[in-house]
Amino acid sequence: MEFERREAPFLAPTTDVAAIMRHVLYALVPAGIAYVWYFGAGFVFNLIVAGVFCILGEAVMLRLRGRPVEVTLIDFSALVTAALLAFAMPALTPWWVTATAALFGIVVAKHLYGGLGYNLFNPAMVGYVVVLIAFPLHMNLWIAPRMGDLDYQMLTIAETAVFTLTGSFPDSLSFDAISRATPLDIVKSGLNNMRTFDELRVYPMMGNFGGRGWEWIGNFTVMGGAWLLLRKIIRWQIPFGVLTGLLIPSSIMYFLVPSISPSPGFHLFSGGTILCAFFIATDPVSAATSDKGRLIYGIGIGLLIFAIREWGSYADGVAFAVLLMNMAVPTIDYLTKPHIVGHPTKKRKSGQ
Amino acid sequence: MSSGAATYDLGNLHGGLRLDDEKAASTAVAVQVLPIPQQLILPIQQHVGEPAHPIVGIGEHVLKGQLIAEADGSLSAPVHASSSGKVLAIEPWPVSRRRGDSAPCIVIECDGEDQAIVPVDAPAPFNTLTPDALRQQILAGGIVGLGGAVFPTGQKLMQAATMPLEHLILNGVECEPYISCDDLLMREQAAEVLGGAQILMHALNVTGCFVVIESDKPEAIAAIGEAMAMLDDARITLKQIPTIYPSGGEDQLVQLVTNREVPSGGLPTDVGCVVHNVGTAAAIYRWICDGEPLISRITTVSGPGVATPMNVVARIGTTVGDIIASAGGYTDQAVQLIIGGPMCGKSVTTDDVPLVKATNCILVLNQTRPIGAEQPCIRCGECATVCPIQLLPQQLFWHASADNEDKLRAHGLTDCIECGCCDLVCPSHIPLTASFRNAKARIQELADEKARAERARIRFESRNERIENEKRQREAELAEQKQSALSAGSAAIADILERQKRKHDDQEGDE
Repeated sequence: MEFERREAPFLAPTTDVAAIMRHVLYALVPAGIAYVWYFGAGFVFNLIVAGVFCILGEAVMLRLRGRPVEVTLIDFSALVTAALLAFAMPALTPWWVTATAALFGIVVAKHLYGGLGYNLFNPAMVGYVVVLIAFPLHMNLWIAPRMGDLDYQMLTIAETAVFTLTGSFPDSLSFDAISRATPLDIVKSGLNNMRTFDELRVYPMMGNFGGRGWEWIGNFTVMGGAWLLLRKIIRWQIPFGVLTGLLIPSSIMYFLVPSISPSPGFHLFSGGTILCAFFIATDPVSAATSDKGRLIYGIGIGLLIFAIREWGSYADGVAFAVLLMNMAVPTIDYLTKPHIVGHPTKKRKSGQ
Repeated sequence: MSSGAATYDLGNLHGGLRLDDEKAASTAVAVQVLPIPQQLILPIQQHVGEPAHPIVGIGEHVLKGQLIAEADGSLSAPVHASSSGKVLAIEPWPVSRRRGDSAPCIVIECDGEDQAIVPVDAPAPFNTLTPDALRQQILAGGIVGLGGAVFPTGQKLMQAATMPLEHLILNGVECEPYISCDDLLMREQAAEVLGGAQILMHALNVTGCFVVIESDKPEAIAAIGEAMAMLDDARITLKQIPTIYPSGGEDQLVQLVTNREVPSGGLPTDVGCVVHNVGTAAAIYRWICDGEPLISRITTVSGPGVATPMNVVARIGTTVGDIIASAGGYTDQAVQLIIGGPMCGKSVTTDDVPLVKATNCILVLNQTRPIGAEQPCIRCGECATVCPIQLLPQQLFWHASADNEDKLRAHGLTDCIECGCCDLVCPSHIPLTASFRNAKARIQELADEKARAERARIRFESRNERIENEKRQREAELAEQKQSALSAGSAAIADILERQKRKHDDQEGDE
């Protein structure tokens, strides 16, 4: 009898890239539903636009680079980038803004750096930062979250679709009528205008601790993140690092100067902190690889988010913090090489 | 402690995997003793080191237990006939080995009599021998490490005896899926295992022995515990360890049991330990106490491609095809034949290969891992998480692809034990272990080539030196002759010239 020749090990691998990416997408579903509930159907349109352009960009780049298109496309990594972009975008965004972010992320940040596995920077964050700088007006147009009792005026699905396609409002509405400052903006400008945090936190937009709507989206994001942790798709080091990196300085500041410092809870649940901790910073390709390295990487992101929010000119700093730490990854990896079993350690060298 | 209380007092092992053990099928029945096959194929190299040197001629009749190839060189092990019969040939035959597909084998046609050689003198009780004599005796029995590494046991003991030792560790861990031969051995021959442990302790002059068993083998633990109670030897302790692959690796076991790291490139003896497989201990017992050299072993026949998975006692040299036939033959799911386990075994293309001393498992699997379906590394780091050596497989793979020898060394390529954990968890399905194996082989080849070049250089230089010396010597002689001629004066010169002329004339006359 003849048998085939193979190399050990002979057992089948336990997982694959597509399964990991699919898990990430599933884990984002609760947060996505919460997002739609609070900010309307715009999120779905953003998701569709980002998804289409990410896959398009990926397919074209794979073809141009002479790589198998079908095999790689089904790894879902482009869709994860699209989903993260959709979460980062304001709920009302004209399609060309989202498309620019998607294409720049996939084409430049991912494929021009060598494709999946070789990109130094998180593609979604690169795309986001590009449009943040290129389209500041649109990127600062945040509508009010669903608040029930207040001057809430939600666009219909049709009106949202029209805005996404044309970038213009229905006749009865204007930019000012529906746009609201985000909680982070309220705090940033309020503190700049010599108000205290206690004064600011009574604003209805500020919700209970992290901003109306935002805190609930945050809760659902945590649920998805916890599921990823349980399924061991992500490890605890990066989320823990990001959250403590932000919590520790914000707690110190809140303790020292409570009047001008947002509470640690506000820091955690406003803006993109939670999404960053569980879904953005945990992108393995652009993160550090060793356990210790990932902890450092996460803490670095947390500290940078705090620094940018506290002293920077942008209200939120997630994207910049992630990109800055992406830059530091090669150094972190170099400095946190684990001790190889059986090799002499520093302690042993000097101790014995 | 001789009652065999299980303990978990352990050091740390990084990473590892909890694999489905797949052992239920092969442990359901007792070990079956296989009949004598018609033909025995005995490779002259079934061990690490130099091949043994055949000492029988073609057509010669040999007896069971007769020495047919003697150890040759400083690291080698003898081979004995597994049954009586006629030597048919000494020729290359397909075998399962690290490199190459065939090796010289002594082929014996069995006569079915199974007539054993009569020992010259009855074996002396082992404790009447000096440790050194005992070690020599173990070497003569053709005993090699039966856990798979097949290092000649005698030489391992001799090396170990030169070091300060604390513990003898008997490895009954058997962490790889499907394999259960050590489990069954401990269940059925616990007394022989412990007897072997006592011989080893005497040969090594150590006073403590751990028998280490994974917690998923309660029957083996009970059997060893009972045998320990019978033996009442306070030096032997039973240690239970959690079921995690690859805790049965030699260095990993030392780390688990003693919390000491075996230094890179070193041996367990560097940290006061020496590890032997339980099967080796039983084989030593049979040789030293019963006079039977290593001519048979228990092996597991398992996998979805085998009709009735079981453990068998087979003669060394029985072909795998014969063994599988005894286990009910193949099922229609037989796709891949593996000698060894599913993590570290080696696939072979034919079942003509013989069972050798190293063969702890014959595995027939129903699927093959797809080749070439790998995707780029996404740096998820799972491989580093499971690596028991704390290597960074993704970095190693990168450097292996670039053939960067310095980086490979710096990242500990040579420390890789090829356990295969990283392959299993890699979401991109990169054949990491295979690439490390190849990189190691390449580095070895380069080193060999360098050594060859170095030898050639030395030979060339010594030749130059020799020529130079000869030239100098000739010049010196010439100068001396000249000197002596000068000092002898003109008469002497005339004399010499006359002599030369005569010589010249003689030569002409001859023609």
